Amino acid sequence: MNFLEYVGSRHQQLLVDAYQHASAVFQCMVAATVIGVLIGVATYRSEWAGNLATTSTSAILTIPSLAMIGLLIPIVGLGVPPTVIALTLYGLLPVVRNAIVGLRGVDPSLVDAATGIGMSRFGRLARVELPLAWPPILTGIRVATQMLMGIAAIAAYASGPGLGNEIFRGIASLGSKNALNQVLAGTLGIIVLALLFDAAYVLVGRLTIPRGTRG
Amino acid sequence: MAETSDTSGTGAGTSTGEGPGPAGAPAATAAPGATTGATIELENLTKHYPGSAAPAVDSVSMHIDAGELVVFVGPSGCGKSTTLKMINRLIEPTGGRIRIGGEDVTDMDPVKLRRKIGYAIQSSGLFPHMTVAQNIGLVPKLVGWPKARIRARIEEMLDLVGLDPGEFHGRYPRQLSGGQQQRVGVARALAADPPVLLMDEPFGAVDPITRDHLQDELIRLQFELHKTIVFVTHDFDEAIKLGDRIAVLRERSHIAQFDTPEAILTNPADDFVSGFVGAGAALKRLNLSRVRDVEITGCPTVTVDDPLQDIFDKLRASGTNEILLLDTRGRPYKWLRRGDLTRARGSLARAGTPVHDTVTRDATLRDALEAVLTDNAGRVVVTGRRGEYTGVVDMETLMNSVHELLEADRLEALAHRHDLAEARAEQTHHEQEGAGGGEAKA
Repeated sequence: MNFLEYVGSRHQQLLVDAYQHASAVFQCMVAATVIGVLIGVATYRSEWAGNLATTSTSAILTIPSLAMIGLLIPIVGLGVPPTVIALTLYGLLPVVRNAIVGLRGVDPSLVDAATGIGMSRFGRLARVELPLAWPPILTGIRVATQMLMGIAAIAAYASGPGLGNEIFRGIASLGSKNALNQVLAGTLGIIVLALLFDAAYVLVGRLTIPRGTRG
Repeated sequence: MAETSDTSGTGAGTSTGEGPGPAGAPAATAAPGATTGATIELENLTKHYPGSAAPAVDSVSMHIDAGELVVFVGPSGCGKSTTLKMINRLIEPTGGRIRIGGEDVTDMDPVKLRRKIGYAIQSSGLFPHMTVAQNIGLVPKLVGWPKARIRARIEEMLDLVGLDPGEFHGRYPRQLSGGQQQRVGVARALAADPPVLLMDEPFGAVDPITRDHLQDELIRLQFELHKTIVFVTHDFDEAIKLGDRIAVLRERSHIAQFDTPEAILTNPADDFVSGFVGAGAALKRLNLSRVRDVEITGCPTVTVDDPLQDIFDKLRASGTNEILLLDTRGRPYKWLRRGDLTRARGSLARAGTPVHDTVTRDATLRDALEAVLTDNAGRVVVTGRRGEYTGVVDMETLMNSVHELLEADRLEALAHRHDLAEARAEQTHHEQEGAGGGEAKA
């Protein structure tokens, strides 16, 4: 059975896996974005707090993903929970770092102007600082998503959802007829998903970055 | 409290919008319901940054009248910007009081305070992610105006600063030139009709020609709106051009002199001020007076329609050597001298020297002097609104007038200084009398 025949015969299963993979990454990314931006907003103003946030999120990133999931299993069990927690944590770093860099990079004279014309602290953040910091934040989200696509495959180790299952099954049955096809299908599926997501982000950027600030 | 007057303010600027306002009608009546200026009082305003020995701004006291344009001028780092920013409490003062329109605002909610004070800064401070309309509509939106009124106000403000609403409404700041951005910046600052406008070196980042235009625009705006404006600059010429009064500040925002431009030019309080005024004070003084302030003399005129014989007769009858030939619409056309006509064999088209330079009654004396100096006969024709002949200014009248002006300034400044000295003497007298508990302060 060659690769195309394999995909043809298993497309149902592959589509379900791909959907779950995408859905897991997407949901974790939303969570990571919200948490990451909040951390950024809370810390960008102070030198040490911002550095602390960046350092601790990058410390998380240095933990091998397999180890992270392995460590989470005894705490939260198998399946979805360790996957979600691990992905969200890994997604944080690029978002937090770019949020801090973006918010700090807003022209101080604009912040001054915003305050000067009578914007409250929150109004200034919501109407001026975050919109101006949005392009770098979006870049962070994009990078994080690419990363999570790969890391999500490891989640199958904790019997999580996604295309990782395909890869792990293939590796487990190395030597068998379909082993290579399985690994290949899983890997290619992840690459295709990553490209689709990236295309979606370009679109999101077009829609959310106002013309006035688009490079 | 402002809301009651605001409701009638929607159409305020339309009557004052374009074109020269009727000379007789004061702008205050031309804009019913629009907020005009409020007084600003600073009382021993001080800013002391922690960790530095000397205060950045040391006990500034100042009274600014409603509707007055006051310029803070001084070398960089003298604290003029800091003083300005303490008025809307972008920088919180560490001591002293601020009163605007008689109301003590030193302890009120700074966000509310700032919504009542227009604020324009260098390089416009426009938000790049918002359109021109969104930028201008920001403060009215913050204050909670209804949508329709904000929309009308945006059009009105664009009109006011000389930008076509249809064209500029939906543009982003980066699609505008520096001068246009600055105009929008001023429009945004004025959008919610604040009584007070603070301008922090607003024209510092534009080229000299545009800056000149923007200054003219500001003078026109102020003539229409009568806001209380505090303007910070390090350019003394800009200060002279714009200010009703100028506060020359030295380090720590100490007021070296606070007076009219005329008085500062003719009678600088000390070496610091005269150093800041720079060379050519008398020439700068010329910028402050207009042709209409000096005596405009007449000269014999004829029009091109007059028969040649009349022209000859007039030339002979007039004591002067010259006669001004006007065209059919009464505009100066040519200078005719004795002999010109005979030399041109009676043809008006060939005779005489064309008038190439004229000034209006609103031109500054400096412009007039320039024209007189470049004219080979040392005089310049003054024209009216439609270019029609109204009179002539020559070197002699110009010199006499300038001498009179300078003399008057000098006398006035002396009298003023005398008053000040008296007031100060009285103050010290009072302080010494009540010095019992006041010594710790000093």
